[in-house]
Amino acid sequence: MNPMELVRARPGASRTVTFDGRPLAALPGQTVAAALWAAGVTAWRSTRGAGRPRGVFCGIGVCFDCLVTVNGRPNQRACLVPVRPGDVIRTQEGTGRDDD
Amino acid sequence: MTERPRLAVVGAGPAGLAAALAAAERGVRVTLVDAAEQAGGQFYRQPAAALGARRPQALHHQWRTWERLRAGLDRHRAAGRILHLTDHHVWCVARDPAAGVFGVHALRGPAQEEGVVVRADAVLLATGGYERVLPFPGWTLPGVVTAGGAQAMLKGGLVLPGRTAVVAGTGPLLLPVAGGLAAAGARVAALAESAGPAALLRQAPALAAQPGKLAEGAGYAARLLRHGVRVLTRCTVVAAHGTDRLEAVTVAALDRDGSLRPGSYRRIRCDTLAVGHGMLPHTDLAETLGCSLSGTAVRVDDEQRTDVPGVWAAGEATGIGGAALALAEGHIAGRSAAARLRGTAPDPRRWAAAGRARTRLREFAAALDAVYAPPAGWAERLPDETVVCRCEEVTAGEVRGAVDPLGAGDLRTVKLLSRAGMGWCQGRMCAPAVAGLTGCPLTAGRRPLARPVPLGVLAALPDTDTGLPETGDDLAEAEVGRTAAEVGHPVADAGPPETD
Ligand SMILES: Cc1cc2nc3c(=O)[nH]c(=O)nc-3n(C[C@H](O)[C@H](O)[C@H](O)COP(=O)(O)OP(=O)(O)OC[C@H]3O[C@@H](n4cnc5c(N)ncnc54)[C@H](O)[C@@H]3O)c2cc1C
Ligand code: FES
Repeated sequence: MNPMELVRARPGASRTVTFDGRPLAALPGQTVAAALWAAGVTAWRSTRGAGRPRGVFCGIGVCFDCLVTVNGRPNQRACLVPVRPGDVIRTQEGTGRDDD
Repeated sequence: MTERPRLAVVGAGPAGLAAALAAAERGVRVTLVDAAEQAGGQFYRQPAAALGARRPQALHHQWRTWERLRAGLDRHRAAGRILHLTDHHVWCVARDPAAGVFGVHALRGPAQEEGVVVRADAVLLATGGYERVLPFPGWTLPGVVTAGGAQAMLKGGLVLPGRTAVVAGTGPLLLPVAGGLAAAGARVAALAESAGPAALLRQAPALAAQPGKLAEGAGYAARLLRHGVRVLTRCTVVAAHGTDRLEAVTVAALDRDGSLRPGSYRRIRCDTLAVGHGMLPHTDLAETLGCSLSGTAVRVDDEQRTDVPGVWAAGEATGIGGAALALAEGHIAGRSAAARLRGTAPDPRRWAAAGRARTRLREFAAALDAVYAPPAGWAERLPDETVVCRCEEVTAGEVRGAVDPLGAGDLRTVKLLSRAGMGWCQGRMCAPAVAGLTGCPLTAGRRPLARPVPLGVLAALPDTDTGLPETGDDLAEAEVGRTAAEVGHPVADAGPPETD
């Protein structure tokens, strides 16, 4: 059993995105976080201080742990942002900006 | 032409939906504003339409109630009585004292860059709550998620974080979360609940007075049995292990005095830990409007009115109690607002059934609250080196240091001295832990902005838009500063369409 089977999902055609340069298939309607989980990825940020990996924590946009860089824009909450065809998703290092 | 009164409802969960329907049925023009792409809130969170789920109810309970709410919403939308603004993140609600109307300020779209103002004669806050998670070593590892977060990702995105899960913490949410994960194909290695049967027994009379709710709990438990989930009571997570992601957790049995029973430690291999210790209400929008709180929840009267004229609140923003209570409160709030907006006093006898349900469910919630208290001794056990503030990476030792030797006596001072609570989440995640570690009372956060706001949106507000909160708070400046690189757009007026 998997979640798709459980609800008898018939998703639209998957689209290709990249995560740190690696192509991934993502389903329409999923958030960036859901697409990454579906591909087995659970971390996409390293913290500013200790450089520790982080991913989803609260799942609903409250904790800001899931920040990620999408198409060059840092600080996107992966659990809220829908994935779009061709998205270039990158692990966010620290603040995601060049100046620190 | 008589203008129909306008009501803005913030939040399209059970409370907000019930309120919107009750008010729309009584001739009020309702604008329903929610951050999500679809109505439903947390309890009725729906899979994205493009995922083509033909049996979404497999992940849900009380589905018939949802069908009724959805049908009502569709009907009122088609008739122009409800305007549903999806993907609108409200960052502030302000009253314009001169014009006597409210402005609901939202950021539109997933990028949340575009400012929108909804004007209304009254506001109903149904913003729900978020989970409380108390820290333990390893809780920041990828693979450790909140119990509700795992559920939200499953219901909304149809995904699991891994193959083998442990569900832990305390509270009534753990049962449906473990059941959902198991039904969706995860192996749930254990459900570790820190409350024990003795605590349940102490509340037995209050709980037994709610046979319906007990049956619901029994239903969840039966589902766990079916999936062979091991349920451990009086048991707590001691640590999560792994280098760059979760590999195992250690759980241990709690003694009556809150100490860990020697020899009871058990290491369970897993790649997912779904953990939660109850919930807290979202109160920022109410606080900005000047509404009084009662403890950590928005204070309301029998009609669900806050103490600010023209502002109602319902659902978990006014106290944690589950979806059924949220529905009853929302219904009452919507009826009260409809009557008051017409200048009449509502007759509570007309909502007697909802009123009785509200009384019963609040008593039940209070009894549950007493059962599912955070595990005694957790704060003393927390090692100094464990990160407590996930955003600013402040450790338990640094938080303790703010009190002794530095002498802080309240959460705000602890924050200033240690930086705990100064980051992106504005202390929502760490405040309960910081309060527990320092002995300071858990007060609501005093966050002037419910969401980080691009500077451009603030700059585009007309000078005359009075009633906005002062943003001179250290926190607000930090938040605004951090998002300032983004470009703002002009503020648009998104009032509901004229229906008369
Ligand atoms: C992550 C999570 C998962 C949960 N899962 C379950 C479950 O599976 N089973 C269960 O029994 N209980 C669950 N709960 C408990 C649940 O909160 C209640 O049972 C019920 O949903 C409460 O209803 P409500 O209407 O008060 O709030 P909610 O259902 O939380 O609805 C609040 C709505 O307000 C919106 N909102 C909040 N702030 C803003 C803002 N600033 N701007 C715009 N919109 C805003 C939110 O998007 C949301 O749609 C969960 C709670 C959480 C936090
Ligand atoms: S996981 Fe908490 S904000 Fe995305």
